[in-house]
Amino acid sequence: MEIHAYEKFWLAAALLLIVGFIATVSYGAVGAGVEMIADDGGTVDPQALDEHPKFSDPGVYESGPNEYDVYVVAQQFAFRPGTAEPIRVPADSTVTFHVTSADVIHGFEVVGTNGNTMAIPGQVATFTVEVGGPKEYGLLCNEYCGSAHHAMEGSMEVVPKDEFNATGGA
Amino acid sequence: MATFVDRYPEEASVVKATLVVSFLSLGIGALFGLVQALHRTGYLRFLDSVDYYTILTGHGVLLALVFTIFFLMGLFTWAVVQSLERPLPDIRLSWAWVGLTTTGATFAAVAILAGLIPSIDMSADVLYTFYAPLMAHPLFYVGLAMFIVGTWLAGADWFLAYREWRAENPDERIPLQTFMVLTTMLMWYLATLGVAVSTVFFLIPWSFGWVETVNPLLTRTLFWFFGHPVVYFWLMPAYLMWYTVLPKLAGGRLFSDPLARVVFVLFLLLSTPVGIHHQYLDPGIAEGFKFIAMTNTMFLLLPSLLTAFTVVASMEHGARQRGGEGYVSWLGSLPWRDPAFTGMALAGVMFAAGGFSGMINAGMNINYLIHNTLWVPGHFHLTVGTAVALTMMAGSYWLVPQLTGKRLYSRPIGLLQVVVWFVGMVLMSNAMHRGGLAGIPRRTAEPQYQNFDFSMALGTVGEIRAGIAIGGTLLFVSVVLFLVNILLSAFEEPIENPVDDSLPEPLSGASGSPVVLDNLRLWTAIAVVLVILAYTLPLAGIVGDAGLLGDVPGVPVWVSANAEATLDLLTEVIA
Repeated sequence: MEIHAYEKFWLAAALLLIVGFIATVSYGAVGAGVEMIADDGGTVDPQALDEHPKFSDPGVYESGPNEYDVYVVAQQFAFRPGTAEPIRVPADSTVTFHVTSADVIHGFEVVGTNGNTMAIPGQVATFTVEVGGPKEYGLLCNEYCGSAHHAMEGSMEVVPKDEFNATGGA
Repeated sequence: MATFVDRYPEEASVVKATLVVSFLSLGIGALFGLVQALHRTGYLRFLDSVDYYTILTGHGVLLALVFTIFFLMGLFTWAVVQSLERPLPDIRLSWAWVGLTTTGATFAAVAILAGLIPSIDMSADVLYTFYAPLMAHPLFYVGLAMFIVGTWLAGADWFLAYREWRAENPDERIPLQTFMVLTTMLMWYLATLGVAVSTVFFLIPWSFGWVETVNPLLTRTLFWFFGHPVVYFWLMPAYLMWYTVLPKLAGGRLFSDPLARVVFVLFLLLSTPVGIHHQYLDPGIAEGFKFIAMTNTMFLLLPSLLTAFTVVASMEHGARQRGGEGYVSWLGSLPWRDPAFTGMALAGVMFAAGGFSGMINAGMNINYLIHNTLWVPGHFHLTVGTAVALTMMAGSYWLVPQLTGKRLYSRPIGLLQVVVWFVGMVLMSNAMHRGGLAGIPRRTAEPQYQNFDFSMALGTVGEIRAGIAIGGTLLFVSVVLFLVNILLSAFEEPIENPVDDSLPEPLSGASGSPVVLDNLRLWTAIAVVLVILAYTLPLAGIVGDAGLLGDVPGVPVWVSANAEATLDLLTEVIA
């Protein structure tokens, strides 16, 4: 089969580009430690969230020295916590989010950051972030979830350590 | 021997019928696009935001499924008949699939549009992706299933035509256009299994109430099993035109027939085992499976990069045949006054830009930043919204005269139309990409929130809104120009040769390529194995979590009173 000289060069460059992309993502996962949303959050009965030890009372739980778990339930058309009252976490800590849905598929996006996941009924999405200094963030649902989807928003406040009280729930 | 319609009048009627449906939905879908662009940017709101999602569903389904696939069915019929140089085996079969797909599309459209009329207890505001457990009216899913079965019959029609040709030409290479159609359809048969299983076995029984629950992650995964390959189903007709028509319009010949075959085989192999890359941020799917999907996705760049080379090389060859010289100045020798050529060339330019933003989407880690933001529609308005749609419109200026025997009403209007599309899309997609980087979400009627603002790295949100509104308006104007031009062409007098419809031989012909390229059974078998490797374990995990039928009840979208009551309650709680 005849492959022209420039075509061969182009083919080689294209393959190099592709392998390069895969290498950068691999480095991101292994070297820089960018974790992916995966299946380690486990499953939950979406019709019995009120019987779950944490999702029955979603909110911020202290899980270790300077480490916190945040349980969030997304449902038409609010985040609990987040919408009626902000999610409050202390500055300079390690925060693991556990997000699930009580009804349909939602999105959970911390605006302008990499904090972004799908909330799927029956599944728990977990991701961990290193939280910096005090700041306010917007939260929004970025997956269409019904006719008032555009009203589904909330906020997250990173507060100074001395102002933080672990609520144990919302 | 005059043009296509004189040689194959019955086939020409079939193609014309599919194009009429295609262009009709283009018109309605574009109008919906304009309404959306003005609503979500706040320039003109005459609908309730609740109804925005009806318009959005209509826009997505009518343009991404009906406009593109009906055009494809017409183009592929034309391509098979004219490249095999024989009529279709049984024209009744052809009309059967035209009827079935049209009825299915109409059912889905009725279910969607009924959402605008409160007195009808019907709605399908589930958007183009129809993720359960949001539940549309059963008519939507039934229409969708009929539409898909119709496309399967259309493929059968083309395979039967090929079989007849093969019986008479046992030793010849498959003509290039037919090869493209057959490999695309094999990919389509494989890919639509996902959505067909999801619709027929889960969503239809569930929407009728025969089963009560659904497994949302399973139906979502089956959707994306189909939902990414469908992207290539849109793209392949554009590629078919770029490979076989564009070089001729440029004044030359296709650079390499064998490489074109390699490209289509690669799309058959790699299109389906990548769908999980739409689910990077889904819980319930292990990181390893996502990594496999990403690797396949990245290798899927290869056929498109090869196409970029071939298309540009073929254009350069054409320009040099027309007297073009120099490293870059040959560009000036191309037939820029021909709307068919210019439209396709501009579509190719935009596709390159869309390819780059697609590489960002495909990167598992940087995807976090842009997932479900306005970046995503920015990306696919360059790919399907321009590379595909603009190529289809531009190609129509060359194709439709062959089907009607009448000349195009106005070439200058055609030229204006394709340029307006290009400008409109530059404005709109640039704004969308930048808005996405700031975190502005997609798929929302009111992307202005009560309690926070988006912070822009460059420019302002107001400027982004203006870009979307002005761009969207130009795109709508462009569609109107296109439809008027095609409509007025129907009133021209028939003439002997309305357009030069000959297609020259490629520079490197099929005879130089390995015969194994034409071994469709082999490629299909490899494609199936790749799909099994990519999907067996994740699907087993998903079914293992919640069972085939799941444990989540439906949330019908047509009970919108319910949603508004919830919203009122919510507003009180916040206040």
